[in-house]
Amino acid sequence: MLDAALASRLSAVLPPAAFLDAPEATRPYECDGLTLFRERPGAVLLPQTEAQVVAILKICHEARVPVVPRGAGTGLSGGALPHADGVVLSLARFNRILSIDPLARTAVVQPGVRNLAISEAAAAYGLYYAPDPSSQIACSIGGNVAENSGGVHCLKYGLTVHNVRRVRGVLVTGDIVEFGNDALDAPGYDLLALVHGSEGLLAVITEITVKLCPKPPLAQCVLAAFDDVEKAGAAVAAIIGAGIVPAGLEMMDQRATRAVEDFVHAGYPLAAAAVLLVESDGTPEEVAHEIAEVSRVLTSAGATEIRISKDERQRLLFWSGRKAAFPAVGRISPDYYCIDGTIPRAALPLVLRKIEAWSAEYGLACANVFHAGDGNLHPLILFDANRAGEAERTIAFGDRILALCIEVGGTITGEHGVGVEKLTSMCAQFGQDELACFLAIKSAFDPSGLLNPGKAVPTLARCAEIGGMHVHHGALPHADLPRF
Amino acid sequence: MTADVVAEWQDRIRAAAAARTPLAIVGGGTKAFYGNPTAGELLDTRACAGIVDYEPTELVLVARAGTPLAEIEQRLADAGQMLAFEPPHFGPGATLGGVVAAGLSGPRRPWGGAVRDLVLGLSVVDGHGTLLRFGGRVMKNVAGFDATRLMVGALGTLGVITEVALKCLPVPRCDATRAFECGADAAIQMTNDWSARGLPLSATCYWRGTLAVRLSGAEPAVVQAMRTLGGTSVDNATSFWASVREQTHDFFADGARTGDALWRLSVGATSPHAGLGGEQLIEWGGALRWLWQPSSIDAATVRQRAAQAHGHATLFRGSDAVRVAHGTFAPLPAPLHAIHERLKATFDPARILNRDRLYAGL
Repeated sequence: MLDAALASRLSAVLPPAAFLDAPEATRPYECDGLTLFRERPGAVLLPQTEAQVVAILKICHEARVPVVPRGAGTGLSGGALPHADGVVLSLARFNRILSIDPLARTAVVQPGVRNLAISEAAAAYGLYYAPDPSSQIACSIGGNVAENSGGVHCLKYGLTVHNVRRVRGVLVTGDIVEFGNDALDAPGYDLLALVHGSEGLLAVITEITVKLCPKPPLAQCVLAAFDDVEKAGAAVAAIIGAGIVPAGLEMMDQRATRAVEDFVHAGYPLAAAAVLLVESDGTPEEVAHEIAEVSRVLTSAGATEIRISKDERQRLLFWSGRKAAFPAVGRISPDYYCIDGTIPRAALPLVLRKIEAWSAEYGLACANVFHAGDGNLHPLILFDANRAGEAERTIAFGDRILALCIEVGGTITGEHGVGVEKLTSMCAQFGQDELACFLAIKSAFDPSGLLNPGKAVPTLARCAEIGGMHVHHGALPHADLPRF
Repeated sequence: MTADVVAEWQDRIRAAAAARTPLAIVGGGTKAFYGNPTAGELLDTRACAGIVDYEPTELVLVARAGTPLAEIEQRLADAGQMLAFEPPHFGPGATLGGVVAAGLSGPRRPWGGAVRDLVLGLSVVDGHGTLLRFGGRVMKNVAGFDATRLMVGALGTLGVITEVALKCLPVPRCDATRAFECGADAAIQMTNDWSARGLPLSATCYWRGTLAVRLSGAEPAVVQAMRTLGGTSVDNATSFWASVREQTHDFFADGARTGDALWRLSVGATSPHAGLGGEQLIEWGGALRWLWQPSSIDAATVRQRAAQAHGHATLFRGSDAVRVAHGTFAPLPAPLHAIHERLKATFDPARILNRDRLYAGL
């Protein structure tokens, strides 16, 4: 609980029922989509206006109270994990679409607006917002900016950072700032890019201008089965190599297709070692042309079966399994742990082979779904937290996959962010010089260090402490830092 | 060899920082006109050159900063790929490092993305002489702050770029350019409307009553769009778009002879033609306006008009005196300027790298 004086100052600037500090009221905020980590905040604040956000930040800044911004709470890396001595600043009530300009193809929205709600509102003009994370029915656009979220269509349409023109926000001092504008660039350093994926460490977002895209007249999906995972991986490279950039290019292994088939009955070929989903969108002529090319490439890559969606119902059915992969796996296993690494596509066969070998070694099943076009892996490790040692083995298995992602030239997080979950892996991904830079960037926006402290960037001391775990090729990372 | 060059730069930057000697970072020198004048000892980046890695099926090219842009474009073209941001060279010696540091994108930008949209990672030697590696070679990467994009368009004020990884894209199978006779506001309205309807635009240029539109994509899409749009065909379309990108087009060549200053107005795409001050060459479906103005013009007025059109004005080409007097780039609001100063203090506390080139004092 906050001290009484501070609590009364904060509640004085908020509307009634927008200051929560009773344990039963703050409990829903003790974690985000990563439920492994929980913390009870001192209070939860639900402002409705930018002026209230400014007032909150000024009070907290003056009182040196940590502030954890929160969107819809669907994040998967603990980025919205509360601070025990701080407040959670929820943007949930910033839920209005302020304007849509159909000719300029932009929408001005508040950060608490759900991702899918933007596309629903823009549909009247034949437009939509392209990035579509799997959680799009629930996740908010402010959270998407904070995490630089992706989705199944980002190979062709880009990530959040490619689809946002302007972010308005408040610095921890209460200063209102705008990054970007309605034009296609802005003067000075690209702070708009910097705020994307900044996980609430730099500013509190209050308004966003997003770019809208014309809804393609037609989308069609090809489902291809392979008797070998490596052949499926090679088919992905062959599609790209043929000069095709599909609207979506996804892969699921057999464990994943079997899990989702029981759940959504999409009619997936269950004997296949891997299934590829390749989507084409555009005019009917364009789509027909691309689908023909894709089918040709898939056939010569050794597909054992190719199905082309006949109508929208069937296209959505093909996708239903992919989109429902997480809940489907949740049904077959008491717990699962989703890993989010990105690798160069060429490394896919090697990485899949190692994951399979480690799965046997740890005695933990692993279902693989991934954004194959982007090389973004989501291995889902199945475990039972009630069985002694399984959670620990799961985390060890996951860390090993992430270390492998770094080793093959990839990254420890493609779209879920670092949050608290991957602080340790950050020490393996970056050297101390880069980490020191990140900490300095944080200070350039928030010298007081009060905005979402302890997330996204590990302290150098933390890396030094765990450094011994990541001795690679005999080289000790951060060798020149003091050890504990 | 390259490691030696980078190590040499690190030593040199450390020594310069200790002695507070400013350094002027130069590749091919093709964009020396851009930004505020900067003085300093020359640091030539061309010794650090060469394509390090290119795998077309990964859509990724990695090259050292001093690599000639022409070499990269040729290598990509040989594999049927391209840099979708269509960077201007502004001279035969343009280097990759200069392209990224200047952050300038060409006619395809609204549809193909900007430099910053397609840079995946880079290495940079900062003002401490430290070699830093940000981003990577993969399409999706949210580990750490996006310091990669921070370097794009920073004009070398935060560090000397040594290596860049870029996302490449397949060259569209088919291109066609159509011309239309119309007024400026009709051109702005039409190009936005066509974009909203999903027609496969890849460049637009309006000047003196003629709108040229390039269509790119799969053949059926381009053929169908031509049927929808009508218009007349354009001879030598490839060289026409090169003249727009490289600013050798008559609009730029004629203006350059007058001694006027060239303004770049980056604005909301649907902003009306009137109110921005005089005859414009309009690109980017309305989002980019080029404007010649006498050097004596009140810069604040031009900037205010651009701000009213929800954008900003850059004094793109002008004499050193004019650029010093008005600043190349629009002034920033105080809280943003303070962030810029703190970022500069982080990466280059001795202020030796391309001092003043972006903003006086940085």
